[in-house]
Amino acid sequence: MDFFMQLLVGGLTVGFLYGLSAMGFVMIFKSSSVLNFAHGELLAIGAYFFLALTAWANLPIPIVFIIALGGCFVLGLLVERIFLRPLIGEPLIFVIMLTVGLAAMFKGLILLIWGGNLYTYPDFLPKILEIRWGMIRIPPVYGATLIIGTLFLTLFGLFFKFSSQGIYMRSVADNQRAALSLGVNVKRVFALSWAIAALVAGMSGMVLGIINGVNVHNLSAIGLKVFPVVILGGLDSIGGAIIGGIIIGLLETFTGGYLSPSLRDVVPYIVLVLILLIKPYGLFGLKEIERV
Amino acid sequence: MEQILLQLNNISVVYSDVIQVLKGVSLAVEKNRIVSLLGSNGAGKTTTLKAVSGLLKPENGRVTDGTILYRESEIQNQAPETITRHGIIQVLEGRQPFKYLTIEENLRVGTATRWGKPYRDDLERVYRYFPAIEKRRRGLAGYCSGGELQMLVMGRALMAHPELLLLDEPSLGLAPLVVREIFRIIRRINEEEGTTIVLVEQNARMALQIAHYGYVMENGKIVMEGTADALRENPDIREFYLGMSAAGAVKSYAEVKSYHRRKRWL
Ligand SMILES: Nc1ncnc2c1ncn2[C@@H]1O[C@H](COP(=O)(O)OP(=O)(O)O)[C@@H](O)[C@H]1O
Ligand SMILES: [Mg+2]
Repeated sequence: MDFFMQLLVGGLTVGFLYGLSAMGFVMIFKSSSVLNFAHGELLAIGAYFFLALTAWANLPIPIVFIIALGGCFVLGLLVERIFLRPLIGEPLIFVIMLTVGLAAMFKGLILLIWGGNLYTYPDFLPKILEIRWGMIRIPPVYGATLIIGTLFLTLFGLFFKFSSQGIYMRSVADNQRAALSLGVNVKRVFALSWAIAALVAGMSGMVLGIINGVNVHNLSAIGLKVFPVVILGGLDSIGGAIIGGIIIGLLETFTGGYLSPSLRDVVPYIVLVLILLIKPYGLFGLKEIERV
Repeated sequence: MEQILLQLNNISVVYSDVIQVLKGVSLAVEKNRIVSLLGSNGAGKTTTLKAVSGLLKPENGRVTDGTILYRESEIQNQAPETITRHGIIQVLEGRQPFKYLTIEENLRVGTATRWGKPYRDDLERVYRYFPAIEKRRRGLAGYCSGGELQMLVMGRALMAHPELLLLDEPSLGLAPLVVREIFRIIRRINEEEGTTIVLVEQNARMALQIAHYGYVMENGKIVMEGTADALRENPDIREFYLGMSAAGAVKSYAEVKSYHRRKRWL
């Protein structure tokens, strides 16, 4: 029972992080139909930003965290401005290939600067976040993840539902031509979706780095998990991304815990294929509204 | 003479560098008027509107010749983000709502050209013109009827405070009663807001009832123009667009399609 609880909390947390980072992936796809193959590298860059800042800057951790997030946001803006924007209007396959190139470039840069070693962050999370429950002891990072993740989800939810800029972003995802006809600044929307995607991916990377340690190969491999997550959740559904992430996270953790650690990367995909056989658009993929 | 707001001087439009669609179109739109652009399917009406609003660009179209003057400065081939900020808003053919946004969110997208300014009063104003959509303000646009959608997309355009409104076939596929309602509102917008309107229509009968002036297009060229009254009385228009013989009786489809007289325009 204790073992079960530990797996449950671990799976939920990791899955929540997968979901958050997949949300960024979905956002880019919804606004510009681009599949971002460099998503895992954005995760890794977030973790290394945070690593570098904790090591070099002698600042309180919450401030370092916020600065690192800001860095990710700006990085997203720059990537869009420098690499993606010149390709607006070109066939999508070129743009998608460009993201494959970006992935290789980012990975190369990280290896060049930090090498392929495993780094760990200093232990900084307050002990009050540790959950003790009978024999179970849940490390503080899990509680922190749930708090930060929920905070992010709420903030983005409010932003997209109520702010004008959030509504403009959704309008571009919904009908780009109509958005253009009303003067929506579509380039700004693309830039913002890259910035937000880099921010949530970077945040997931930082927290996963706290849980598993920081290593470029591991983190970019985790980035690849956005594919099963978004396919499961429905490529165009932000809520689906979160739920898809949690399902994949739970499946992985329970498989690893009860069956065999070597199966943990396989079973989620088997389940994925089964679900897709039944629901080809994913669990929450939008079916076109058809009016009579 | 009234002040001219929009002027097209002999413009040519080419899609994908090879498909020439407009072949020297000239027209002028006076301020505070409703000008109707008539013509059958494929004549180039939508292309003309897109040349003005800048929406040719995303479709790989370009004005290759001639000039488009808006308040006496050239705007051809500018980006839609720029042109909408001059006060020109196009309402697209086929309505194009944001299906997964609510009615009110759809309307709020209309504030994109003046992001950050207050918009509450504008919502109220739009609901005064279109009471039918106020009842559904929290409902998804994807579930509205055709008439409600036409009101929604026109309201959305009004949110931008357009000086020049380009309407592309607002009557398309709507029931006659709804069409009459929509056209009444178009006239009211023109009178009460002072908005200049270019109205593209295949429904010439309705369009000529509210327009002050009209142009007729065929094959990428303007083939006829005149005041709405003159066009209504013109025997060719009566025959080919209003479906009446010179005597006033509705003619059979075969006769309407007779090509003899039409040829003179080309
Ligand atoms: N994006 C495009 N690329 C190539 N040809 C086009 C494009 N859009 C319209 N056309 C062609 O231009 C002609 C005029 O179209 P359009 O302006 O839509 O006419 P209308 O609105 O009067 O029905 C048609 O023959 C159409 O096939
Ligand atoms: Mg048309």
